[in-house]
Amino acid sequence: MHTLSIGEMSTQLKSRSLKSVDLTQHYLNRIAKFDTEINAFITVTPELAMEMAKKADKMLDEGRGGLLTGIPIAHKDIFCVDGVKTTCGSKMLGNFIAPYDATVVEKLKESAMPILGKTNMDEFAMGSSSESSYYGATKNPWDLNAVPGGSSGGAAAVIAAGLAPLATGTDTGGSIRQPASFCGVTGIKPTYGTVSRYGMIAYASSFDQGGPITRSAEDSAWLLDAMAGFDDRDSTSSELDKQDFLADLNKPIKGLKIGVPKEYFGEGLDTGVAEVINKAIAQLGKQGAEIVEVSLPNKDLAVPAYYVLAPAEASSNLSRFDAVRYGYRCDNPQDLEDLYTRSRSEGFGAEVKRRIMVGAYALSAGYYDAYYLKAQKIRRIVRDDFTKAFAQCDVIVGPVAPTPAFNLGEKSSDPISMYLADLYTIPVNLAGIPAMSVPAGEVNNLPVGLHLIGNYHSEAKLLNVAHQYQQATNWHKKMPEDYK
Amino acid sequence: MSSKMRLGKAEVKLITNLSALIIDDEEAEQMSVKLSNILDLFAQMEEVNTDGIEPMSHPLEQVQRLRDDIVTETSRRDKYQKIAPATAENLYLVPQVID
Repeated sequence: MHTLSIGEMSTQLKSRSLKSVDLTQHYLNRIAKFDTEINAFITVTPELAMEMAKKADKMLDEGRGGLLTGIPIAHKDIFCVDGVKTTCGSKMLGNFIAPYDATVVEKLKESAMPILGKTNMDEFAMGSSSESSYYGATKNPWDLNAVPGGSSGGAAAVIAAGLAPLATGTDTGGSIRQPASFCGVTGIKPTYGTVSRYGMIAYASSFDQGGPITRSAEDSAWLLDAMAGFDDRDSTSSELDKQDFLADLNKPIKGLKIGVPKEYFGEGLDTGVAEVINKAIAQLGKQGAEIVEVSLPNKDLAVPAYYVLAPAEASSNLSRFDAVRYGYRCDNPQDLEDLYTRSRSEGFGAEVKRRIMVGAYALSAGYYDAYYLKAQKIRRIVRDDFTKAFAQCDVIVGPVAPTPAFNLGEKSSDPISMYLADLYTIPVNLAGIPAMSVPAGEVNNLPVGLHLIGNYHSEAKLLNVAHQYQQATNWHKKMPEDYK
Repeated sequence: MSSKMRLGKAEVKLITNLSALIIDDEEAEQMSVKLSNILDLFAQMEEVNTDGIEPMSHPLEQVQRLRDDIVTETSRRDKYQKIAPATAENLYLVPQVID
């Protein structure tokens, strides 16, 4: 059952040859069997899942429901689910039972998609390995000694191991694409503002964007279609009419101009990864795409600019954790100051504290112009590079990450090396444009993702290229041997 | 701002204070090394000429949407206060501030 595509599940559910309760139970059984070693879930919600599955079956029996009705989903533990513990990977929210639904959750509940549970992640989405979770690291289903990537590492691991057919993720600096690459699954970060941020716990609000993590591009298109749309509860929600993300899936890519940025193939890129990416580009060429060279000359400036701006926004966003209204409170606070500072010091992990401090410093008097304003100017330079590149091509391709999944513990003591590994994904977030990771090969039996980057609001085009690539290749269908 | 910037323990303590955090001396020592390394990373930006470039704060350059000044949210106080560490008579409780 867990190897079916979403389209096949939907057809069988509609024809009633498949019941949502059976499908949901199948995944709950797999979670019970496999997740003790993977640790992809922070919370599993079997009762909620079965209750929703029964509701979905009732709707389907009555001939109601949409394309996704009855198909189970795992939500990243950054999305509030009413009545369910929502931790964001932090001790700070270890006792937080969300009092409302995030818009994304509400929309998928309307489609009666049973919620299997909440997936593991780096604390407050700050990380690229899922090791900073207070609830223990998630392991990569392809190699239990390797990280699944992050911060949506739990979501990517869940899809790779077949513990859920669909998962939600979020991407602030690469947190959907890099874990998708490391776990051999498909993920899309939409244009900033496409998916509502309401009820999605904030890290860096001018970058944060939700999106799907799934097995195939077609599955991602279905889920994104259900997640996206204007929301007046999110002040930066895009007011443009929602695209039809499925419309162009089957369009041939003949004549499409694919740009290859030469700077994405420089020093630091693993030779095995480069080989996989070059083969994937050649494959797109074989399918009729025209390959052109483009330039993103300032891509190296993106990492420092991001690590000023995102922590600055984080230091402001995370000031809401004051131990007064919700979340962790220290024992026996002596006075109000002690309540704030001790609760925060005991509730936040090391990387979160580091980013809050970097942000507070960058915003402080005397440093604001040198760091924060400078970084905002560089953000524009990086964005303008993409604008120029898209004048010459329709889609940009390259690697998602410089290496396949690294080992647990390998980079956790050296934040800078972890930051630098985000060099291909971060420029996209600075610009706010959409991008995907699509399974494209392996290096040392570990998956490698192909990065597809598009201009603003070109998700349908990205999904088209990814789907056409997946019609000609089978990398997205591969599963780790132990979880087949 | 210069490259190879080193933050002393006193500066780290000041930033800790700005962040409403507390760290002990040993943590401050480690933090000073790690924060200094992060500032070195930022130093790359110094060499870039950004004269005449407008800072970019929003990827879509959208203007703030306005709405009519009418009540749209219903009161959910009871639900919200149920998850608070301490409440009494619909108020959030904190340690005594005034003697």
